[in-house]
Amino acid sequence: MIETRQLSRRYGDLTAVDAITFKVEPGQVLGFLGPNGAGKSTTMKMIAGFLGPSAGSASVCGHDVVDDALAAKRVTGYLPEGAPSYGEMTTRAFLNFIAEARGIPGAQRSQRVEEVIERLHLHNVLEQSIETLSKGFKRRVGLAQAIVHDPAVLILDEPTDGLDPNQKFEVRNLINTMAKDKTIIVSTHILEEVQAVCTRAVIIARGKILADATPAELEARSRYHQAVSLTTSNIAGAKDVLSRVADVAAVEYDKVTQRLTAIPKRGRQIFGPISELLKSQGIPVSELQLESGRMDEVFRTITHGDLGEDMPEEARA
Amino acid sequence: MSSIVTVFKRELASYFATPVAYVFIVIFLLLAGAFTFYIGNFYERGQADLLPFFNFHPWLYLFLVPAVGMRLWSEERKSGTIELLLTLPITMWQAVVGKFLAAWAFIGIALALTFPIWITVNYLGSPDNGVIFASYLGSFLMAGAFLAIGSCISACTRNQVVAFILTVVVCFLFLLAGFPLVLNFFTAWAPQGMVDAISGLSFLTHFAAIAKGVIDLRDLVYFALTIAFWLYASAVVIDLKKAD
Repeated sequence: MIETRQLSRRYGDLTAVDAITFKVEPGQVLGFLGPNGAGKSTTMKMIAGFLGPSAGSASVCGHDVVDDALAAKRVTGYLPEGAPSYGEMTTRAFLNFIAEARGIPGAQRSQRVEEVIERLHLHNVLEQSIETLSKGFKRRVGLAQAIVHDPAVLILDEPTDGLDPNQKFEVRNLINTMAKDKTIIVSTHILEEVQAVCTRAVIIARGKILADATPAELEARSRYHQAVSLTTSNIAGAKDVLSRVADVAAVEYDKVTQRLTAIPKRGRQIFGPISELLKSQGIPVSELQLESGRMDEVFRTITHGDLGEDMPEEARA
Repeated sequence: MSSIVTVFKRELASYFATPVAYVFIVIFLLLAGAFTFYIGNFYERGQADLLPFFNFHPWLYLFLVPAVGMRLWSEERKSGTIELLLTLPITMWQAVVGKFLAAWAFIGIALALTFPIWITVNYLGSPDNGVIFASYLGSFLMAGAFLAIGSCISACTRNQVVAFILTVVVCFLFLLAGFPLVLNFFTAWAPQGMVDAISGLSFLTHFAAIAKGVIDLRDLVYFALTIAFWLYASAVVIDLKKAD
């Protein structure tokens, strides 16, 4: 379990994290979303015990990260941003070092290391020094060191950054399989990832929590929630049909994808009426889709006006 | 304690995983030899002792030890591994001491590899091996003091070159604290007590005392305190600078 109470961190005059309070229970995967410089990494660094809070507190499995730091660190696995590791070490030596430093007794150590090697498919790079590995492998080594002691709490700062789609898929699977009995926080700015792995999403900007909901709830906030998209050869005819449906608030046409999208009035269902009307008017439709909502649009709306890109970068440590 | 050992082992192994260790050891041995034989006139003196060898250690360390110390923390900060290291269940002082001891042991290995000169002098004559042992001890302690300064300065910056240069300067001041070059800065305005205190900080004075073969507890305590102080300062600096 992870709990923060009014957790804050200032760098000089800049308040990077501003009185954040939340709680994550075992079995939950919390997605931390936000523009660059929003305070995601700083929050994670504080929970992992690297940075001390300027105010407020955080605890991991009941251990305060400041007063009971060692106990908190023991139950936490942490993948720092960029997955840093000792480049001159071989993968095997590095994982052994982490396992030893994590206090795993000698007999179990090699077994645990073998297990994470298996889980992250590191067999082929065991004797290679980490600095010679590809970005994808480095990230996997970083993940391996975070889970080698089978921690109750996992804090992963952009775990899929720089991975190819297959590797992303694998890492998400890994997170999903571990999610059952662990408490996990994942930061990301890849919105599809939230749907893929998170049971809950927290949107944070300028150090404050702006939204805390399930991914489905966030999508429901989108104006595209329950919208209907279609592809047709008769665009003018279809546009006409869509605008005649009573509950349609607006019709949009995307020139790039050549799709028409009908946006419903709040809380109304338009899929049934539209599909019937299209059929009765004999408009050829090659694709008809009910949208659940667009995460990127919700994200933009919630963080709107945020100067994310222009803000000073999050603390580089 | 076991955490210190874990950090120590990793750190020491990392020296030998890169060319750093070999370059350092070879250069150290070459320079130590060159100074002893060419500048120290080891043969021409016709005396069975290692004074010309140990006399140059402070100056050798002045450039070589900062080269070892500069990477201690600035590299961790630059590569971000400091975040990894300090979120392991180890305390700050275990990390600081473990890394320091590894670097010190590494210098100790280089120093131990100068043993042929000890064999040489024993072959050529019958030196006082007690004095030689004391000199080795003094030399090793002095290296530790240099290194502790390097550890602290390395913690201040993520740039290794800056760390190196600053460490050389600070070590130089400590080396010559008892000499007019440094003392003249203070005699004009500082009270005599302070000037005496500063001159008492000279590495050279304390090293020379031990190298004479007199292992005085005060000299040992001096080096131990110097090391402890700079390591404590390292921990404070790391904690303060973590956020940048």
